[in-house]
Amino acid sequence: MLFRQAGIFHTGYDADRALFPIPADRIMIGGLLVLAILAPFYLNSLYLSSFVLPWLVWTAATLGLNLIIGWAGQFHLGYAAVMGIGAYATVHATRFGVPWEIAAVLGGLTAAMIGLVFAFASLRVKGLYLALSTLAMQFVVDWTITHVPAISGGTQATLQAPDIRLLGLPVRSEAGLYYIALAWCVLVTLFMLNLRRTALGRALVAVREKDYAAAVIGVSSFYFKLVAFATSSFIGGVSGAVLIGTFYHAVTPEQFSVDVSIQALAMVIVGGLASIIGSYFGAGFILLMPGIMNSFISWLATEFGFSLGIETLAHLPHALYGALIVAFLLVEPLGLGKIYGNIRDYLLVWPFGYTKK
Amino acid sequence: MDIALLLESAVNGALVGLMYALVAIGIVLIYKSSSVPNLAQGAMVMLGAYVVLAFAGLGLPLWAAIPFGILAMFGIGIAIERFALRRLAGRPIIMILMMTLGLDIFLRAGTLAIWGATARPMQLGIDDAPLFVGPLLINRTYAVGAAIAVAMFGLFVLFFRTRVGTVLRAISDDYTAAWSVGISVERGIALSWAMAAVVAAIAGVLWGSVQGVDQSLALLLLKSVAVAVLGGLDSIGGALIAGVMIGMIEAVASAYLDPMVGGASRELVDAAILILTILVRPHGLFGRHDIERV
Repeated sequence: MLFRQAGIFHTGYDADRALFPIPADRIMIGGLLVLAILAPFYLNSLYLSSFVLPWLVWTAATLGLNLIIGWAGQFHLGYAAVMGIGAYATVHATRFGVPWEIAAVLGGLTAAMIGLVFAFASLRVKGLYLALSTLAMQFVVDWTITHVPAISGGTQATLQAPDIRLLGLPVRSEAGLYYIALAWCVLVTLFMLNLRRTALGRALVAVREKDYAAAVIGVSSFYFKLVAFATSSFIGGVSGAVLIGTFYHAVTPEQFSVDVSIQALAMVIVGGLASIIGSYFGAGFILLMPGIMNSFISWLATEFGFSLGIETLAHLPHALYGALIVAFLLVEPLGLGKIYGNIRDYLLVWPFGYTKK
Repeated sequence: MDIALLLESAVNGALVGLMYALVAIGIVLIYKSSSVPNLAQGAMVMLGAYVVLAFAGLGLPLWAAIPFGILAMFGIGIAIERFALRRLAGRPIIMILMMTLGLDIFLRAGTLAIWGATARPMQLGIDDAPLFVGPLLINRTYAVGAAIAVAMFGLFVLFFRTRVGTVLRAISDDYTAAWSVGISVERGIALSWAMAAVVAAIAGVLWGSVQGVDQSLALLLLKSVAVAVLGGLDSIGGALIAGVMIGMIEAVASAYLDPMVGGASRELVDAAILILTILVRPHGLFGRHDIERV
């Protein structure tokens, strides 16, 4: 049907190793890319700048977190701290007059360097204890950002981010900011897609599955854990910088608090571990859900004629958000990516379902 | 800083630390029986306080509302284990961590959605005037809380010598072996969740009387995790001793550090203790050594 495999023969290694071996996938990705590029022309600016843009940036960040959790199998409960480091470094660099594109890379490198500190915990412990130590480091970074006036500009301060200038040209239009977010997201996605078929990706998976076994076949888990933490922190740092530059336009410590770390983790889990398409779904789901829940609850309230207190209305979406995370873990622990995979597997052989396996 | 003030903050810190240990005991109980790190314990403390206040709101006097609240939390603990955690048995630890984080969000926001976020007082009828011990001024509420924490510890020591307690110890030693001799592992784990919820309700009442009942009760999580890890995640006595240590370090360190950095150094001290413990001695002071290391 949709994904017909019959008649597709891979006669060379190149064809076999292609990113999307099935033509239907290639057509779909191409179509989506065209739709994404044309988005500023058919979406109204509210949808573009308050839904699609943050979704793309958060997808890039989720992919970075998925690299460390899904591919390398190391916990990271302090991802928002890493993003915050990148964001603050970039904002300070641009305020000093560094061009934004260089400042974002600088922010990423700063985040990678501090992210390596998180990695040192991973060399010593794993599992639960790694999760707890990264959580503690999140608190330390939060505290440092809030309490060092040179970084945050004083307690309770909001630091204005200068306008983005690319190659000396100021980017002010919504479409321009959207393209920056889109470019970063596509870049990270391409990197993650290629990770699957490179030595680095296979080494990370080997370390994830069993680090002793990886060491036996000559994969240094020490080295690859450091690489994984540095890479994912770089992606997180630049994503933080892009988020501030294109969406928030100002930076405060609360944008990168513990709750945000948990939210990023929820995006990875709801999307699916080590799933690229899942990261898109997960980020979109977690970002859009509070708004959808709000309108759903008010629709229910008017439809069935009951009224809810202001406080109930304020906290109910959050409670449902927690309940949905719980429900996902119970019903489909591998997340939306797995659900997509199941549907795709079904359609691959439809209507000959009995040919499976 | 003179020595009397230092001593005073250390003694009060130790008492507060014992109250942290009360929260940490809940984490330890669950970890001991099922190796699940319960990051929702802070939310359970908050829920416990609200449930007790809800019973008091029905017209019961507070001393009668507390047992009802404890009973309700016993049921809630069993329900959480039965509906959320049991189906995750044998899953990777990341799923279990995420489950407790999801429960944390759900319980916190659900509590606020039902009862509202305004801070309410919990009047236990403990005198506000400080207790004079020689030159030291000691907060009576802290003293009562610490006494109850020690009493709970004593109760648990006795409990683990009873038949049911022995069953729980068998489960925590080796649940496969426990299963093969006919012990119902699920029931044991459910019981440990229920006990953790009861401890959370008691901690909620005590902390609620100290700082008022509102959502900041859930922030006790970081401190109690630090206490539980320093004491060893599977040692109740360790939690008590680690609580005293962390309370004292926190009080003394913040007395020195706060003027230097402009306040709020307590969280930093907790996080630093947590990181140092994990890097230097991951199994804590009294925990078992068989923690999987790299």
